[in-house]
Amino acid sequence: MKKFDRERVLLAVAGPVIALVAAILLTSVVLIASGKSPIEPYLLMMEQAAFSDVQVLIVNQASMYYLAALAVAIGFRMNLFNIGVDGQYRLAAMMTAVVGAHLALPSFLQIPLLLLVGMLTGAFWAGIAGVLKVTRGVSEVVATIMLNAIATSLIGYLTLKDVWGVQVGNNMTTGVMNESGWIPGIDLGPEVGEIYGLVFLSVAMGVAYWIVLNRTRFGFDLRASGESETAAAASGVDARRMVLTAMLISGAVAGLSGLPLLLGDVHTYSLSFPTGLGFTGITIALLGRNNPVGIAFAALLIAFLDKASPALDYATPVAYEKEIATIMQGLIVFAVVISYEAVRQWGLRRQQKRVGLELAAAAAAQNNSEKKKEVAAR
Amino acid sequence: MRRLSRIAVAGVATAALTVGVSACGSSSTSSSSSAGDGKSKGIGLAYDIGGRGDQSFNDAAYAGLQRAKKELGIDGRDVEPQDGESNADKVQRLETLAKQGYNPVIGVGYVYSEAIKEVAPKFPKTTFGIIDDESVKADNVADMVFHEEEASYLAGVAAAKASKKNHIGFIGGVDVPLIRKFEAGFVQGAKSVNPKIKIEKQYLTQTAEEGGFNSPDKGENAAKGQIDAGADVVYHAAGLSGQGVIKAAAEHKVWAIGVDSDQYKQDSLAKYKDYILTSALKNVSGAVFDLAKSVKDGKPLSGVVRGSLANGGVSLADSNPAFKNDADLQAALKKAEEGIKNGSIKVKTS
Repeated sequence: MKKFDRERVLLAVAGPVIALVAAILLTSVVLIASGKSPIEPYLLMMEQAAFSDVQVLIVNQASMYYLAALAVAIGFRMNLFNIGVDGQYRLAAMMTAVVGAHLALPSFLQIPLLLLVGMLTGAFWAGIAGVLKVTRGVSEVVATIMLNAIATSLIGYLTLKDVWGVQVGNNMTTGVMNESGWIPGIDLGPEVGEIYGLVFLSVAMGVAYWIVLNRTRFGFDLRASGESETAAAASGVDARRMVLTAMLISGAVAGLSGLPLLLGDVHTYSLSFPTGLGFTGITIALLGRNNPVGIAFAALLIAFLDKASPALDYATPVAYEKEIATIMQGLIVFAVVISYEAVRQWGLRRQQKRVGLELAAAAAAQNNSEKKKEVAAR
Repeated sequence: MRRLSRIAVAGVATAALTVGVSACGSSSTSSSSSAGDGKSKGIGLAYDIGGRGDQSFNDAAYAGLQRAKKELGIDGRDVEPQDGESNADKVQRLETLAKQGYNPVIGVGYVYSEAIKEVAPKFPKTTFGIIDDESVKADNVADMVFHEEEASYLAGVAAAKASKKNHIGFIGGVDVPLIRKFEAGFVQGAKSVNPKIKIEKQYLTQTAEEGGFNSPDKGENAAKGQIDAGADVVYHAAGLSGQGVIKAAAEHKVWAIGVDSDQYKQDSLAKYKDYILTSALKNVSGAVFDLAKSVKDGKPLSGVVRGSLANGGVSLADSNPAFKNDADLQAALKKAEEGIKNGSIKVKTS
């Protein structure tokens, strides 16, 4: 066990805490400006968090956010900005749903296969941006944004009736998946709901992320390339291969992030499948500082804001707008970026000061001992 | 990094324990008691993407709620959706409305079909309504659907008659089956007047999230494009985006045809109303009102309730005098309407 490093913990925690406090204060300002109570909405939302059915919703949503944020974080550690998680997970969920609807294997084969389809589709879609970057030098930011738009059109095409689409009423779906591909969850009764089975996959992915990044050669290479490409190259890391691999892994994890919902609840990809997970994932990865535990907290926080806020609409006697939570999420992003930079600089100054003091002390000690030697020599 | 993780792991463990303890708390259902007084609180409306203020679909549902407030003296409330929400959120929304005592609870839009399928059996005494979907079959569910293609057929006839260049345009908000029905009817109607008519067709976006139903700028650009290509009547089925379509048509002094509500009468479009030929009406507000009334009268509607030309659920507005007084056009419309009503004209839905 290494020694407890107070300095590092202080710096790591200060950023998110300052960001959250700032976001809450600014949201309160908005509330006051619109003539509402600046405190009551928070209390109402906290009250919601105590209900077990809301907790189930939060955990389920957080599991999806977590995977999306991990996908973004893998890119961040490599200094890649994968904005394409959104397109990757939607395309992956759609392909998984299609395979699940047309293939009926026993569960023990079907489920791993479906997960694999999701990962491969996500990896393939992200890989396009990766290949473009390493071969043609196309910025992955531009490429993945465009791939998001292309994914939307591609999904639109693939869910047409004469391709793989099945029209149910006015909704376009991919048909109901075979039951062998459904992943059972933890059923807590009709009043409370069901926790998706794939919540545990999210946790496992978080552990895997930590192990791969911190305990393997590959993880070291990845982080090294992210910190300084030239330094990594000097120590024998093939930067281009790392870029491509990082994109593929990021895409594969992104491909998983829609699956808790798909395999655990809706069992079909339709027009009402949620979008935007990938963008929320970016917020969460930033807030969680690319750290698997930090991301878990951030995912739970954002999921909490999402799931506790609808109750604001029904509050009595005064109803609040649930968009307060949206404002807060936006402010968190701002506050996070600003406070991290501020904390980083503050940390640097503290470090410089401390090093300066230590150096001065060392110099003084040396002076003293030299004087002693001189005295002894006489 | 590594040290941080260990400490944080300890933190998570603590937090997990806390959550674990609190998870023993009651569910929000069991702690809500307002449903117990047995008296309905009125209509509970849950909107589709866009929510109130879209000047067409959702606003029509809201108009039904307001009419019920005025004429039936019942109360009600409406709730907007969140961006990027999943089915679980819709279930939660409908359950909250039902357990708070709202009756009927209405999902505005087919996206609520799965959620209503799930929630309706849990509240057998509450009547649920869903608009634009007929896949839910239960005793306490009313599926309120419309023959949009019939009104669109008439719009097509009107457009073809009003066009001087034999060139018209259709602008759909989002490329989904529901909007395809509008297109199918419109094209068939126009071709019934002139089989050789040129028809521009465009969908603004692939998914609703991209803003096809709520981006007037997209509608305006698309309409400009079609007008530049030579179209002199444009029909839109694009929700709020249609405001842009009508604006572009008015600026180029060509006809626009509105949708869902009578757009000739809308305040926000008053400037352009001289260029709004007519509107293909879809009586969503009437459907909401009728369901609320049936619940109040103790004989709640159930099963498929389909609005058609024959029962007035869909129709063509005639508030623009230039449209109403065009005898030739009106004669053609009358013929088409009778044909649809007596079954001699079969309107395609796709």
